[in-house]
Amino acid sequence: MVLILELILGLALQGLQMALVLALAPLLLGFTRKVKARLLRRRGPPVLQPYRDLLKLIGKEAVLAHNASWLFRTAPYLIFAATWVAAALIPTFATGLPFSWAADLIALVALIGSARFLLALAGMDVGTSFGGIGSSREMLFASLAEPAMVMIVFTVALVAGSTQLSAIANFMLDNATLRVSLGLAATALVIVAVAENARIPVDNPATHLELTMVHEAMVLEYSGRHLALIEAAAALKLLLYVSLIGCIFVPWGLAPLGSGPGALAIGLLAYLGKLIAGGFLLVLFETSIAKMRVFRVPEFLGIALMLGLLGTLLLFVSRSF
Amino acid sequence: MPTVVALLGVAVLLGTAGLAVVASGRGAAASRLVYAVCLAVTLVNLGAGCVHLLLVSARAPAVVLPLGLPWIGAHFRLDALAAFFLIVVNLGAAGASLFAIGYGAHERSPARVLPFYPAFLAGMNLVVLADDAFTFLLAWEFMSLTSWALVMAHHHDPENRHAGYVYIVMACFGTLTLLLAFGLLAGGSGGYAFDQIRAGERALPGLVLILALLGAGSKAGLVPLHAWLPLAHPAAPSHVSALMSGVMTKVAVYGFIRIVFDLNGAPASWWSILVIAMAGITCVLGVLSALMQHDLKRLLAYHTVENIGIVFIGLGLALAFSAHGMNAPAAIALTAALLHVFNHSLFKSLLFFGSGAVLNATGERDMERLGGLIHTMPLTAFTFLTGCAAISALPPLNGFVSEWLTFQAILLSPSLPSWGLKLIVPAVGAMLALSAALAAACFVKAFGVTFLGRPRTAAAQAATEVDRYSLAAMFAFAALCLLAGILPGLFIDGLAPVAQSLVGARMPTQSTMAWLSVVPVAESRSSYNGLLVFIFIAVSALAAAEVIHRYASREVRRGPAWDCGFPDPDPATQYTADSFAQPIRRVFGATVFRAREHVQMPPPGDARPARLTVTLRDLIWDLLYLPLAAGTALAAERLNRLQFLTIRQYLSLVFVALVGLLLVLSIWS
Repeated sequence: MVLILELILGLALQGLQMALVLALAPLLLGFTRKVKARLLRRRGPPVLQPYRDLLKLIGKEAVLAHNASWLFRTAPYLIFAATWVAAALIPTFATGLPFSWAADLIALVALIGSARFLLALAGMDVGTSFGGIGSSREMLFASLAEPAMVMIVFTVALVAGSTQLSAIANFMLDNATLRVSLGLAATALVIVAVAENARIPVDNPATHLELTMVHEAMVLEYSGRHLALIEAAAALKLLLYVSLIGCIFVPWGLAPLGSGPGALAIGLLAYLGKLIAGGFLLVLFETSIAKMRVFRVPEFLGIALMLGLLGTLLLFVSRSF
Repeated sequence: MPTVVALLGVAVLLGTAGLAVVASGRGAAASRLVYAVCLAVTLVNLGAGCVHLLLVSARAPAVVLPLGLPWIGAHFRLDALAAFFLIVVNLGAAGASLFAIGYGAHERSPARVLPFYPAFLAGMNLVVLADDAFTFLLAWEFMSLTSWALVMAHHHDPENRHAGYVYIVMACFGTLTLLLAFGLLAGGSGGYAFDQIRAGERALPGLVLILALLGAGSKAGLVPLHAWLPLAHPAAPSHVSALMSGVMTKVAVYGFIRIVFDLNGAPASWWSILVIAMAGITCVLGVLSALMQHDLKRLLAYHTVENIGIVFIGLGLALAFSAHGMNAPAAIALTAALLHVFNHSLFKSLLFFGSGAVLNATGERDMERLGGLIHTMPLTAFTFLTGCAAISALPPLNGFVSEWLTFQAILLSPSLPSWGLKLIVPAVGAMLALSAALAAACFVKAFGVTFLGRPRTAAAQAATEVDRYSLAAMFAFAALCLLAGILPGLFIDGLAPVAQSLVGARMPTQSTMAWLSVVPVAESRSSYNGLLVFIFIAVSALAAAEVIHRYASREVRRGPAWDCGFPDPDPATQYTADSFAQPIRRVFGATVFRAREHVQMPPPGDARPARLTVTLRDLIWDLLYLPLAAGTALAAERLNRLQFLTIRQYLSLVFVALVGLLLVLSIWS
C-alpha cells in the first residue's frame, strides 16, 4: 500500500516536473528574443509570442511534400518526446526526483543524440538540397559537440564520483570549491550549449538566408503541427542546457529530497532566477559576436573537446585538480 | 550433455555440407532445404549454449574423440566462455540461415555457396568447442578456408578475386601467429590440451599476448591488420557477409579472450596499454573510413572495424584492472566488452540482411544509385532504421547499453596505479566518444541516402519488398535489439558466470534491482534504465500525438516540396553520400586520409562541365602493406637463385643448417 502511494506521489512529482519544463521552455525562448531585441535597440515581440506561434501552428493544416514518408510524419513526435524526457530528467528545482536515476548524464547526452539522429534523417526525407545540407552540417557539428559533452560529463563525474545528476548537484552543493577542472568543464559546456542550440556564432536562428542555416535548413519542409512539435523541442533543448548548467555549476537553491513546500518554493524561485540569468548571458554573448563560417565551427567545438579532455586528464593525474 | 549435443550439431552440419554438393544443382527447393537444415541445427546448438550458460555454467567434462593427431586426440568442452560464444555464433547463424531461405534462392551460382555455408557454420562452432590447441587451430583454419571459398563465390568480378587473395594471405598470417602463440603456451612439455597448458609453465607470456593480438586481431579486424576485412566481407553473398562481420569477428574475439584471459596466466600492466591504444585507434579509423564509403556493404564492413575497437577497449580495460588486482571493475569492463560482442552480432547481422535485401531488390550496392526505398520497401526500411539507431548507440536500443557500460568502466580507471594507463585511458575515452558520434553521422548517411529522398535510378524506383523469410529474420533481430536495449539487466546477468570464471568477479545481480535498472557499482554512482526510458519516450510521444490530434488540426495536404520555392524535379540535385560526408572529410580526412579536392574549372565560354576530383589515400595500405609486399617480392627474387644450385651446394646447405640447429640446441640448454 505504502509502495503504491509512494509510486503515485513519485509519478505526480515527475509529472509536475515534465509540465514545468514544457510550460517554461517557450517562455525562456520569448525572453531571450525580447532581451536580444532590446539590446539591439529594437522593441521586439512580446515575451509570450512563442506560445502564440505554437498555438497557431498546431491549429494549421500540415502540408507534406508528395514523397514525404512515414518517417517524416512520426519523427516530430519522437524528437519532441526524446527531448522532453531528457529535459524532465534534469533536477530543475529539486534534487532526487523519483525517476532521475532512470537515465544518468551519459544517457541524457545520448537521448539528445537520439533526437538529433531523427531530425537529421527527417531533413533528408524529402530529398531536397537544403535538407541535405542541414543534416550533413548538423552531423558534423554533433560529431564534435557530442564527444566534448562526454568529456565534460567525465570531468564532472570524476569530481563528484557519480554520473547521476542528483548526486552531482548534491555533491556540488556540499563541496563547493573552485577547481581548475570544473572551470574547464564549465567553459566547454557553454560552448557546446551554444552550438547545440543553433545560436550565434554557430548558427543563426533568425536568419532568412538558407545557405547559412543549419538547424532551420533541416526543418524547412515542416509545417503545421509537425513544425510546432519541432519548435517546441528546440525550445525544450535550450531550457535543458540552461538547466543543466544551472544544476551542475550553480546548484544553489535546489530543494533536497523530501523537503517541504517552503524549500520547494525557494527552489522554484531560484530556478526561475537561473533561467533569467542564463538567458540574459546567452543573449549578451550572442549580440557581442559575429556568426562564423561553417568550417570555423569545428575549430570552435574542437576547443570544447580539448578543454573537456584536459579536465578529464587532470583528474586522472590527480583527484585534487 | 550440451557439449555432445553441440558436437552432434556440427556433425549434421558437415553432413549437410556433403549433401549440398549434390543438392546445389537441384534448384531453389534444394537450397531452401539446406538452409532450413542449417537453421534447425543452429537453433539446437543455440539451445545447447543457453542451457549450459544459464543452467549448468560450471565446466563440463571434456569430450575426447579419437580424431586428429593420434597422441593428442580431439578435445571438446563447454565452459561459460565457450557457451556464451556458442550462443553468439549460433544466434547469428540461425538468423542468417532464416534470411537465406528466402535470399539464397536468388543465388546465381549456388554450387559455390551451398556446400561451403554449412561447413563454415561447423567451423565456427568447432573453434568455440575446441579444448586443445591442435583442434582449435584446425577448426580456425577450416573456418578461414570455408569463408574464403564463400568470399570467392562470385569470382568473375576481379575485385572479389583481389579481396579473396588479400584475405587468404592475411588469414595465413593470422594462423601462423596463433600457431606460434600456442607453441609458446604448450612450451617444452608439449601438452596441447588446454588443461595441460593452464597447469604448465609459461614461457614469455608477453610475446604470447603480442602473437595473440596479431593473430586474433587480424581475424577480428584491428587496425592496422584490418586491410582484408572491408574487401572480403562485402564480396561474399549478403547472408555470409552478415556471418563474417557479425559472427566470425566474434570468434576471433573469443580466440583472444581464450588465450589472453584464460590460458596465458596473470596479465601484466603493459599488455593492457598496448591493447587499449590499438583499440582506440581502431575505433576512430574504422568509423572515419566507413564515413568515406558509398558502397553500402563496404560501409558496414568498415564499421565492423570500429565496433571491434569498442570491444577491445573493454577487453583492454579488463586486462588493466585485473593486472592490478581490481577484480570488480575488471568484471564491469569485461561484461561491457562481451555485451558489445552480443549486441554487435545482432545489429551488424541485421544491417547486412538489410543491405542484402536492398541488393536483391535493386541489384545495387552503391548508395549513389539508390534512394527513396522507404516507399517501396517500408518493412526493410523500418528494420534497417532500427539497426542504424542501435549501432549508433542511441537509447533505448541495445548498442547504447554496452557503450554506456564501457564509459562506466573508463570512469573507474583513475584509481589504476599505472601512469601509462592514467594518460592513455582518458584519451581513449575521448576517441570512443568521438567514434560514437561519428557512427551516428555515418548511419544518418547510410539510411538517409539509401532509403530516404527520391530514387536516383530506375532500379531504385522499381524496387519491391523482399520475401517473408528475409523479413522474418530482419524483424526477429530488430526485436532482439530492442529487447536487449530495454532489459539489459537480464543479459548482463547471463554474462556473470563468464566474468566470474575469467577475472574472478562478477557484476552485481541486475535482475533483482528495482525496476530492472542497470547498476554497475552503486545506485548513487550511476544507473541506467532502458525500460523506463523507452516507456517515457513512448508515453510522451503518444500523449503529444493524442493531444494534438484531439484538440488541434489533423488535416494534411500534399503538395510539391517547398525547398525554398525552387524545387528541382531532378533527383540529382539531392545530397549524395559523398556530399553528405564532405564536411567531415574536410575536417578529419585532410590529415587521416590525405584527402585532396581538385576543381577543374573550364575557362569562360567553354561549355564543358566543371569537375571536382577527390583523392583519398589509405595511409596504412600505402605505408605498411605496399612496402611489405615490395620487400617480399624483392626477397623472393633474390632467393630465387637457390632454385638453381648444384647437388653439392644443396648438400652443404643442409649440412650448415643441421650444424646451426645443433648449435642452437646446445646453447639453449
